[in-house]
This record gives sequence, structure tokens and C-alpha cells, in this order.
Amino acid sequence: MNGGRKSFGGGGGGGGRGRGGQNQQQGKDGQQRRPMFRRRKVCKFCADKIDDINYKDTRLLMPFVPERAKILPRRISGTCALHQRKLRTAIMRARQLALIPYTAE
Amino acid sequence: MNRKYELVYVVSPDATDEQVTELHTQVEGIAQRMGGSIDKTENWGRRRLAYEIGRHKEGTYVLEVIDGTGELMKEIDRRFKVTDLVIRHLVVRVDEVQSVIDRTRGKRTDVSRRRRIARGLPPDRQPGEGQRGEPDDDRDDRFDMGEDMR
Repeated sequence: MNGGRKSFGGGGGGGGRGRGGQNQQQGKDGQQRRPMFRRRKVCKFCADKIDDINYKDTRLLMPFVPERAKILPRRISGTCALHQRKLRTAIMRARQLALIPYTAE
Repeated sequence: MNRKYELVYVVSPDATDEQVTELHTQVEGIAQRMGGSIDKTENWGRRRLAYEIGRHKEGTYVLEVIDGTGELMKEIDRRFKVTDLVIRHLVVRVDEVQSVIDRTRGKRTDVSRRRRIARGLPPDRQPGEGQRGEPDDDRDDRFDMGEDMR
């Protein structure tokens, strides 16, 4: 889930990191061009039909707070806007109760 | 007007079990005095804190679902702020959120039932159908063909 990049990221340029330039401009004849495999990102909560993002459910929240304990941004996790908002409040509540860390040393 | 609230509090690990139950009875007392009631109590037991609070690294978590007024919750909040035994507490109003959740769930089952009936299936999912986390995708025509051939 972590490594996924933008799904329709626009093949050329702009992509920031994605593996140098040479690889990408390889002509249009389908065969040669092998774009880096990107998994289509879907919102976990939409896909699994989780309506209730609860602050008590740390098992659900933990994947969205990686080592540094920052909230995983939408552009990486693929969460939709609605669910990201709910996720954010849930994480902030869980942090108040020391269920989830604010930071990691 | 009574609303539904969730109260979670973290009791210092030094507290004895009696002290924890005493806190609970205190909350119950305040609730009853102010026209509220406790719907549910859950003791999560002793858990590691994600970060140190003061000098504590552990705490006993207790969850109470309270039906009551805002005044009542204000009073409980005030009490807990001055109680040294409670190292952290949180009050959250849950009734509105819960009703939204119920509504979306209801809508979802309605839609899926209507679709299933349109496909000539019984409205509810049969046991053993679509196992292994298979997404319930109604547009998947391969699936429908399988159903017809059977």
C-alpha cells in the first residue's frame, strides 16, 4: 500500500522520483514501453465498506501512521477525501488518549 | 435533551482495582443525579501508553457510554480535570455520527438488495457466497453467467 504512486500520474515528466528519464520516453509502439507498474489506488474504507472510522480501533488506524507517527497523506494511501477527514479526527482522538503516538523519537 | 456520549478515561497504573471501580460509581452517581444514565461500561484493562504521560508508561482504560445532557458531561469533565488519579480523559458525542453510519449502512443494503432482486437472486447474501473477500461487484458479468449456468 505504501509504495504505490499516482495511478494516472502522467507518464512523462513531473513525476518527481520515478526512475530517471531514459526509461520513460521509449516510443509509442506498445511493446517497448514498459511503464513502471503502478497499482491503482483505492480508498481502503470505500473498498472494504468501513463506515465507522473509530478512534478506539487502533488496529484500523495504525497502517495510516507509519514509523514517524505522522498521518499518511492521501496522495500515498489513496484514501478518498471524505474518509481521510474522518481518519484524521479518529487519529487525533486516539492520540489524545495515548493509543497512538504523536511522534516517534 | 439527552444525547449520547462516549467517555474514555485513563486511570493511573498505581490505582487499585477498587479505586477504578470507585471512579466508575462516582461517574454513575453524577449521571443519575443529573438525569442521565450509563448505557455501557467497558474496562479495557491495563495498556501501554503510546507515549509517557507525566511519569506513567501504562494506564487502565475505561470506556463509558453515557446518555445525558451537555451539562452532565461538563460536570464529569470538570471532575476528571481535578482528579489526579485520572491521567487522561476524552468525551466524544456519538449519537449524530452513529445515525449517519446507520443511514449509510441502510442505504447500502437497500441498494444491494435491489440489485440482487434485479438479477433474480434472493435479496440477502447466501452463506458461502462470494467468500474470500471477493468484492460484491454487481457489474461483473462473468459472475452472472456462472449463476445462470448452474
